[in-house]
Amino acid sequence: MDGPVRSEAGIPLATSYGAADLPAADAIPPPGVFPFTRGNFPDGYRGRLWTIRQYSGFGSPEESNERYRYLLGQGATGLSVALDLPTQCGYDSDHPDVEEEVGRVGVALDTLADAEILFDSIPLDSVSTSFTINGTAAILLAFYVAVGEKQGVDRVKLRGTIQNDILKEYVARGTWIWPPRPSLRLIADTIEFCAAEVPRFNAISVAGAHFRDAGANAVQEMAFTLMDGITYCDEVVARGRMTIDEFAPQVSFFFYTHGDFFEEIAKYRAGRRRWAHIVRERYGAKDDRSCMFRVGCVSGGASLYAPQAHNNIVRVAYEALASVLGGVQSMFTAAWDEPFAIPTEDSATLALRTQQVLAYETGVAKVADPLGGSYYVEALTDEVERRVVEIMDDLERRGGMVQAIESGHLQGLIADEAFRVQQAVSSGDRTIVGVNRFRTDEKPPEVEGYEMDEKGRARQLGRLAEVKRTRSATEVREALAALGTAAAKDDVNLMPLLVDCAKAYCTVGEMVDVLKEQWGEFQQPAVF
Amino acid sequence: MAVRVLVAKPGLDGHDRGAKLVARALRDAGFEVIYLGIRQRPEAIAAIAVQEDVQIVGLSILSGAHVSLTRKTAEALRAAGADDVIVVVGGTIPNRDVGRLEEAGAAAVYPTGTPLEELVQSLRELSSSAPARS
Repeated sequence: MDGPVRSEAGIPLATSYGAADLPAADAIPPPGVFPFTRGNFPDGYRGRLWTIRQYSGFGSPEESNERYRYLLGQGATGLSVALDLPTQCGYDSDHPDVEEEVGRVGVALDTLADAEILFDSIPLDSVSTSFTINGTAAILLAFYVAVGEKQGVDRVKLRGTIQNDILKEYVARGTWIWPPRPSLRLIADTIEFCAAEVPRFNAISVAGAHFRDAGANAVQEMAFTLMDGITYCDEVVARGRMTIDEFAPQVSFFFYTHGDFFEEIAKYRAGRRRWAHIVRERYGAKDDRSCMFRVGCVSGGASLYAPQAHNNIVRVAYEALASVLGGVQSMFTAAWDEPFAIPTEDSATLALRTQQVLAYETGVAKVADPLGGSYYVEALTDEVERRVVEIMDDLERRGGMVQAIESGHLQGLIADEAFRVQQAVSSGDRTIVGVNRFRTDEKPPEVEGYEMDEKGRARQLGRLAEVKRTRSATEVREALAALGTAAAKDDVNLMPLLVDCAKAYCTVGEMVDVLKEQWGEFQQPAVF
Repeated sequence: MAVRVLVAKPGLDGHDRGAKLVARALRDAGFEVIYLGIRQRPEAIAAIAVQEDVQIVGLSILSGAHVSLTRKTAEALRAAGADDVIVVVGGTIPNRDVGRLEEAGAAAVYPTGTPLEELVQSLRELSSSAPARS
């Protein structure tokens, strides 16, 4: 390509960088000092290594429980629960429209009974659990609190995260249920509830990852995500019941790390600095802990390819290194066979080992922010931040995120970028090894993917039927009626009512439907 | 006359990057594209295919539920009296499922990584060999 050499997001790059490119010293104070460009903690990863958290979950609660116990036995330090699409979209396993999706891309949870099996023999007071759940996040949180109670673990001891970021679902991932306004209300309810009652649990993980996988570049990913973060914080602050310092420490973020090594590092450093300023300046935070940008990431996703699939192992390793040099707090490394299938135990183990080699053999975790002060990294951090601010300002001028989503503007921006990348790959302007260069005739490997068998599905349906038969119909009716009444009012926190519904063994679908009656459903703008 | 294509994602999977890229590439290649978006029921896809008088229905499925959703869409089209509509399928599809998809009613299958030019060319050929819609 003619013209300047550019990063993946299109930032023009100099041949080399020098002292003149460094920012003012106060923009890069030591690690652990506001605005945290160089990391949240003075001792980097010495005090606490990043959490190694492998996304998994499939089929029945029994099978997933077995995989979780295996991963914990192999040294994983947190769980990351993948739910099937019916659970994510608010349908029970026996709904006629979803039969082929039950237990397919994650585990099926219909009632508290499934959650009890999923976490059987897993000590919820010492393991932290992350749920990739959005539309039904509040319901899953209710399940988790209720399971903890059954295990005798008080809710103040529960640790983990629900993704609970609905805005990006409207744009990129698609597990929306209700329209934006009531959804924001429910999210604010969960944030308040966690701040007051489940203090070690992150009520939200504002996710850029899915914008990225849908086609956004690294700069857009960060900008859109910070805008979403602002939208959620605005919602809670506007209620006037809580100050920013009461809940901001429980807000976390989630991104994809893709292939442009230094741009990814700069993205995390720039995001950390920008968020710190936003929390202090926009919301008047007094506590520095509120200003910290807590980040989890995935190395993999759309940066992985099917042809010559073993190359993905190398891609993920580099991406993992960039994530650590960028200072993330937790990481999931994708398995090489993810472009085709749910990972096997072997490929999932190799992905886990990739992080362990990085953590324990390479030495990169020994010193905080080893790249701090690098001419190039600091200059790129500044430039990424500048571009992020530009995009955010533009979205604010357009009336904010809800507006940009309802009009389809954001969806259009992402589709444009995805198309640009597709053309660059087709034309060869962007090299993908084994895809458009260094190709071989190698057939994509036939991997043994997971298929939930008829027996598994039957067992899931059987249990659901059994729960429906044995629970107290009166309790169910009363709990759902109370939920519906509360949903019609704006000033009642719905979380305690959802916990009551969970304990009465109401199904996910029943709770969702009660709220649909009050709130309606989201209508997607079909932009391409 | 431009070939009319309906692009839709049946089932609950929301990964629409590929579907949108395909929709755009087809439009740029001169097809008339109706893009339905995600989470479409097979019956709704069939109804709109009839209403819009399309020649081709393109399904994009990344969740692994492709065989069942393709079969249901083909059945819904038949039930709507539109069994001459060509159904094609793209997405995360293992080699071993290509035959199963063809049995379920797919005229062509485009697994992840299929170059867009190849897909466009294939749809041109399929549409020119099919009987014209009234």
